[in-house]
Amino acid sequence: MLETTKDAKVHERESGMQLAGQSAESALSWKLADGVIELALHRGPCNELGSASLEELEKFTTALQLMQEQAHALIIYSELKPGFCAGADLHELYRRSETMDKTEAVKGVRDFLERIHRVLNLIDAAPLTTIAAVHGVTFGGGFELALACDLIIADKMARFCFPELRLGLIPGFGGIPRLKRDLGNGVVRDLLLTGRSINATKAQQIGLVSQVVGEGEALRAARATAAQLGKFDRATAVAAKKFIKPIPYEELRREIDIFCELFARPAVQLGLRKFVESTDALPYLP
Amino acid sequence: MPTAEQTLNEILTLAAAHFKVPREKLSPDEDFFKTLGIDSLQTLDLLTKLENHFHVELPDYELQGVSDFRTLAGKIQARL
Repeated sequence: MLETTKDAKVHERESGMQLAGQSAESALSWKLADGVIELALHRGPCNELGSASLEELEKFTTALQLMQEQAHALIIYSELKPGFCAGADLHELYRRSETMDKTEAVKGVRDFLERIHRVLNLIDAAPLTTIAAVHGVTFGGGFELALACDLIIADKMARFCFPELRLGLIPGFGGIPRLKRDLGNGVVRDLLLTGRSINATKAQQIGLVSQVVGEGEALRAARATAAQLGKFDRATAVAAKKFIKPIPYEELRREIDIFCELFARPAVQLGLRKFVESTDALPYLP
Repeated sequence: MPTAEQTLNEILTLAAAHFKVPREKLSPDEDFFKTLGIDSLQTLDLLTKLENHFHVELPDYELQGVSDFRTLAGKIQARL
């Protein structure tokens, strides 16, 4: 790989385009080099997705639309040890439900969901091959971010889970429609209705993960895959992706409606409070 | 198939190596959350490590209320 920072800066000067970026709060950063965009997540403790992260993801997708003509692949990965992403920021969601009246809270949640759906739909449909290189916790919204990608390459210590039902909710970032697009309905029901987590080997057995690699090797394997993809004709790769990977827009819209209907119930606030105030050693376990 | 005692010993050895504590510090019947001082994410790491090692699938809801290595070994032994 070329020296990425220098490469990006040179291209930026020549094209006037932002090819590397990092926002002030720095939940994430990205760079483009050798036709591969790398999006690194690094907001502690485990890349929880709240308002600040969403704003940064929106900046990234704006940059992505400018960069994608010069790229053939996008890799999304976490720089944090606990994992890829632990999902939505439930503390923020709880504060939102506590401090606003119910109508305002639901309106705020709908606005948040519509914005994050726009981000994930752009990543899902991006005219390049997208790879989630995951390790450790890949839960809820983190799982949904990975599902928006074309390929998931998993460290053998990765774990996937939709724990939303224990809060009285369903996954809200497009998880069910995308999981249903990719896997058999029985598997979707298992993951959704039991809320259990599965490891990378199981995820590969059910067709969710394309490669399982050793501990700490997911990013290296993703880079090797991205380098291979660069050998193909770009227009052909884009056409193949468009043909094989339809975006389930109608179901994604319906998911937002169902989430908001469920969110309005008192049971959700109780579930969120229980999670936020939990001293249980296993709050992530359903 | 390993005996229950062999499974228990393998778990203790794996946990000691994973959390970098001396094997002799871990006892089968003590609360491993207290002994190891681990949080939920680290517990999931241990679960993944054990599933990979024993080639079993252990639904995490079966771990609710499990806090000692002997009970954990019993859960794994039942799936071997």
